[in-house]
Amino acid sequence: MQLLFYIIVVTLFPLGVGVETALLHALGPGVLWVAALLASLLSLPRLFGSDFADGALEQIALSPYPLPALISGKILAHWLTTGAPLALLSPLLALQFGLDAHESAALIIGLLLGTPTLSLLGAIGAALTLGLRSGGALLALLSLPLYVPILIFGAAAVSATHAGLGAAGEFSVLGAALLVSAVGAPLACAAAVRIAMD
Amino acid sequence: MTSINWFRYASPVSFFPLARRLAVGFGAAAAMLAAIGLWLGLFVAPADAQQGEAYRIIFIHVPAAWMSMFVYAVMAAWCAISLAFNARLAAMMAQALAPTGALFTAIALWTGALWGRPAWGTYWAWDARMTSELVLLFLYFGYIALHHAIDEPRRADRASAVLALVGVVNLPIIYFSVMWWNTLHQGASVSLTAAPRMAAIMLTAMLVMSLAAWFYAIAVTLTRVRAIILERERRAAWVADLAGAAR
Repeated sequence: MQLLFYIIVVTLFPLGVGVETALLHALGPGVLWVAALLASLLSLPRLFGSDFADGALEQIALSPYPLPALISGKILAHWLTTGAPLALLSPLLALQFGLDAHESAALIIGLLLGTPTLSLLGAIGAALTLGLRSGGALLALLSLPLYVPILIFGAAAVSATHAGLGAAGEFSVLGAALLVSAVGAPLACAAAVRIAMD
Repeated sequence: MTSINWFRYASPVSFFPLARRLAVGFGAAAAMLAAIGLWLGLFVAPADAQQGEAYRIIFIHVPAAWMSMFVYAVMAAWCAISLAFNARLAAMMAQALAPTGALFTAIALWTGALWGRPAWGTYWAWDARMTSELVLLFLYFGYIALHHAIDEPRRADRASAVLALVGVVNLPIIYFSVMWWNTLHQGASVSLTAAPRMAAIMLTAMLVMSLAAWFYAIAVTLTRVRAIILERERRAAWVADLAGAAR
């Protein structure tokens, strides 16, 4: 579902800003990344929501295995069903914006490195807003500021490739962010889930 | 010899009167320092050789920017204490600090925009320091919104404490942004280890204004924490006694 959302949002931009090739090429990386951010955000409430509603999350929290490890599994599953297909589809959408093969490669590598971080950071917001009435808008307010660095470096990787500079630096930052959040985010999520339980 | 009870003021009952005395003291000191600082900054300090009179916004801008980061750090520290020791008053302090921090962040961004117009020819640029300061403002808003969204105060305290601690990663990014990315915003003119690169009178005025901002933050936070204590403890006997005595 969020894959269709991603495709539609990306398609809306050329219709809104006009179909001038140079303009679309300049906007492309940013549009694709912002759409990926929004698609990731859209799917976040379901990460813990249904499990929280039917009590499965409580059983997970009570199990003898460490909660952060189990939550890491849930986040990985979330990424495999949202971030990964989105990253694999992005070269096709990049064609709509006239990105060449090198830029598409930078886009897909950036998304593969960046979208797991989005899932990890977003999961913290999803766990903190469990069971709240104003969950959706609040989730956006909590998650999007944390997404900003990923957006900046992800889009910068494509721009740097276009400028012929190579994107190794941007990929290193995205990879570092992924490693740090892979270690820290499940712990914060576990704390947030336990807070939501009592 | 009686031992000192280190946790005496961790209880809202005994902290409440102390907070009032401290708030009055720090409030008076803040008003006095602000008067001295503004006098030094607006009348005594000479005009800048390059920027003329426009640079005087520094006396508001820099203290506000410092306080925006410092208040977040203090808030996160109270959040960590409240999570680690399950301390009620620490969570109330964090809750009371958030609006003041958001205010200073907004002032820093606003005065920065007003200063940017004459100095750089633009109100806003997507420079690393400005962007990360804007993200800090969103973090404050997120903290306040999450706290408001949860009805049960203890759950609200703990959930927003987790959020505040996650947001701490932004602080070093703001602080070092002018060194890591060489963009529009200038580097630090003041440091603890090197001689300052500005006139002594300007530096004095700026430091006095920073102290004023700091004391103001303390006074306002303590006043706000008193309101939060009253609100949360409204069913406690000592609050009823207090209300009876006031009536």
